[in-house]
Amino acid sequence: MKSAIIVFPGTNRDRDMAMAIKRASGQEPHFVWYTETEFPKVDLIVVPGGFAYGDYLRAGAMAARAPAMRTVVERASAGVAVLGVCNGFQVLTEIGLLQGALMRNAGLKFICRNLHIRVETSASLFTAGYQPGQCISVPVAHNDGNYVADQTTLDQLEGEDRVVFRYVDADGETTAQGNTNGSARSIAGILDANRRVLGFMPHPENATDPAVGGTDGQALFDGLVKALS
Amino acid sequence: MTLPNATISLEQATEHGLSEEEYTSILQILDREPSLTELGIFSSMWSEHCSYKSSKRWLKTLPTEGPQVIQGPGENAGVIDIGDGQAVVFKIESHNHPSFIEPYQGAATGVGGILRDVFTMGARPIANLNALRFGDPDHPKTRHLVAGVVAGIGGYGNCIGVPTVAGEVNFHAAYNGNILVNAMTVGLAPADRIFLSAAAGTGNPVIYVGAKTGRDGIHGATMASAEFSEGAEEKRPTVQVGDPFTEKLLLEACLELMAEDAIIAIQDMGAAGLTSSAVEMAGKGGLGMALDLDAVPVREEAMTAYEIMLSESQERMLMVLKPEAEAQARAIFERWGLDFAVIGRLTTTGRLVINKDGAVQADIPIDPMVDQSPEYDRPWEVTPPQEILATKDIPEPVSLSQSLAILIACPDLASRRWIWEQFDHLIMNDTIVRPGGDAAVVRVRDTNKALAMTVDCTPRYCVADPEVGGAQAVAEAWRNLTATGAMPLALTNNMNFGNPERPRIMGQFVGCIAGMRAASLALNFPVVSGNVSLYNETDGEAILPTPVIGGVGVLDDVSKHATIALKGADETLVLIGETIGWLGQSVYLREIASQEVGAPPPIDLDTEKANGDFVRGLIQDGRVTACHDISDGGIAVAVAEMALAAKGLGVALTLSGDAPLYGFLFGEDQARYLLTTSDASAIVDKAGTAGVSARIIGKTTSDDRLTLRPDDSISLDVLRLCHEGWLPAYMQGA
Repeated sequence: MKSAIIVFPGTNRDRDMAMAIKRASGQEPHFVWYTETEFPKVDLIVVPGGFAYGDYLRAGAMAARAPAMRTVVERASAGVAVLGVCNGFQVLTEIGLLQGALMRNAGLKFICRNLHIRVETSASLFTAGYQPGQCISVPVAHNDGNYVADQTTLDQLEGEDRVVFRYVDADGETTAQGNTNGSARSIAGILDANRRVLGFMPHPENATDPAVGGTDGQALFDGLVKALS
Repeated sequence: MTLPNATISLEQATEHGLSEEEYTSILQILDREPSLTELGIFSSMWSEHCSYKSSKRWLKTLPTEGPQVIQGPGENAGVIDIGDGQAVVFKIESHNHPSFIEPYQGAATGVGGILRDVFTMGARPIANLNALRFGDPDHPKTRHLVAGVVAGIGGYGNCIGVPTVAGEVNFHAAYNGNILVNAMTVGLAPADRIFLSAAAGTGNPVIYVGAKTGRDGIHGATMASAEFSEGAEEKRPTVQVGDPFTEKLLLEACLELMAEDAIIAIQDMGAAGLTSSAVEMAGKGGLGMALDLDAVPVREEAMTAYEIMLSESQERMLMVLKPEAEAQARAIFERWGLDFAVIGRLTTTGRLVINKDGAVQADIPIDPMVDQSPEYDRPWEVTPPQEILATKDIPEPVSLSQSLAILIACPDLASRRWIWEQFDHLIMNDTIVRPGGDAAVVRVRDTNKALAMTVDCTPRYCVADPEVGGAQAVAEAWRNLTATGAMPLALTNNMNFGNPERPRIMGQFVGCIAGMRAASLALNFPVVSGNVSLYNETDGEAILPTPVIGGVGVLDDVSKHATIALKGADETLVLIGETIGWLGQSVYLREIASQEVGAPPPIDLDTEKANGDFVRGLIQDGRVTACHDISDGGIAVAVAEMALAAKGLGVALTLSGDAPLYGFLFGEDQARYLLTTSDASAIVDKAGTAGVSARIIGKTTSDDRLTLRPDDSISLDVLRLCHEGWLPAYMQGA
């Protein structure tokens, strides 16, 4: 699997993402600087986590207007798989590849913690390695992870099986207690209509090493390698 | 010779924090009256914060050498060798005064400043720590200060993308008017590519990079060198404003340039901004420097030479480059969207010459300014010894388990989860042991090694007996590293004290230094960097003496580290170290008997070393399943923390015959550890041979209860609620 990671000024989880991708695919991802509109043909484009442009103005707002993102949109419409994690999810909603928006966490505080996440569907490139209903533990680290969209959009996402991950409690149920950042319908990750673009708020790349907090994110990367190699 | 504005009066000098005597020295050095800009430069360089004038003679007595030390105190940060061509660069620094005035920005820029100190030396920062002291939880300002400081530390560290992995927090009324915010950064660098600040090469360009200069933080260093009184909030303009986004760019640009053969010297602009970085670089290189302030990138109009020289705007660096590397360096910084300006040249004159608007604004001989900076032997008093309290003189609790429940929920011992969950402690994917243990363990990327790191101080011991308290702070840091299985390598210190002009306060400083020196020597744990923060007083009320120790150790095999969490039922709990039940200055005495009295527990450094080396050996040999150092709250709190860190496991202590039991359980005797093992008798035998005290004090169980005595036990769910509940409830205003 050939992959590219987009790097904006202020991106800071690009190295973590590269480690996880290399571990799964055996291949170093290509780093794309935000000014580059030309980059090699790849099977997967990742918009990684961090604080692109310091989250100034609004998380993801300025990154969405960076030159490299024009190419990302073109490639996505041509069917190239795109994964946006955390700040990357925010960028993908800002640029319109994904619906909805990520607002300030319900508790108004940054949250860094392992959360229980339920895989809602295995019918995607990203989740083929999981069972539907499977609960995994993946860390989050964000200020703005509170997913919002209007009722019609939420109904549409659910109706089209595009809600991929939900925040749940220790018993695997969607409860207020399990939904730490206050996301609409406990949504943690969604697909675009073509099911080739995923926005995911938690950090699967930080759950791929048994020495540092588990490997529940590994199946996402293994699934991508299997599907895209 | 006359310079602009040369109408300086003694009164103006006094307003700048200079004494009459110091002003006279300035007149002698210049052989004329200073300009306003020169007065500003001298007052900053000679402030307590920059000159260490009260502390220098005592700091010199600390041990700073060892085979592991690559760079001791005197540079931006200390550097130690961890083998395989790698070095660890680390330092702790205070941002106390600004954080009290404006907690978010004060704490944020504290983090930004210490990060810069570390990456200036060529290291990529891999972890942040913090040591915080707040006032009484009931004081009206405390909640606001906690919220602001925590948000500020998180706001900066999370954005720049360096994990915040460990810390400590105390609450005490002595900090009501002066909170402490000490931030530490640990970085990793190639051992043969450490960058220093001594300039070289007459004619070489002096380069300014990073953010633009504004009017923020002018006189920050001077402000941090004076007591507060009512109306401290009026000093808000002296607090800098942090921009972690720009610092992230600066970090990446500097590291990119450092990988090339371009930099001769580099210095961050921290306290006293351009003034201290210019003086530092030229002074250490034995050269002069001519600066053209019209070339300095500014973000405000009509800034004067005085303002530019004293601004403490953040995220700026000064560099001396090899002339042929200038174009390459400029391209790197411009790619990262940062300012890059040649603002001067190195000269042979030995003078700092400042030009602006076509006129000389300052012309100061550097060596005399540095060499004749004041150094005081301030009068000091020995702190009177406190009475040694016998256990029987201290009230027995109504219930052991209820006392434990109170202790584990008290402000000093309650869980800090509410704080560290606001810090990204996982980024970089190398955090092996997360916050909440004895020390954080962070893997050295792409190796099998790891670093252990901790910050520690017990101020109530220091105020009762500074020498014991100073030694204890060093010993506890060493012990916390040891409890993970790491070999402690070196420390950084942050000396937080009151007004050194009071002999009682100066005596606390002198005593703490003596204790630290003894412990550093005995434990082969040298001081490689540090920071001094004095004048932590408001209206004559000083803080508790708080010499914070930041310790770093190395694990050669990361898989052989220990954590505090119990691992399984039916294992044996082994206590290492002697227990007599020392309750003087204990948390028990304060929280249960409402007294802060007595002598603190004594430190026997030979025992400390023997016990620690023994425990480390056991961990390295894989004979220990969990390990925890015993500190505040004694054995009872340590056992509870080990059980709470696990799930579904309890402990039954078997202590019959130990009278009085409350002294045994809550006493804070030093040099002790708790281990769990399935190999207890062999460990006890081995300890006997090694001359280390070891005894079996209980077993782990599968019943989720903590049994202190056969007739006195408590549910761990209840303890967990007590432990986890206090801080979130307090912060919600409950």
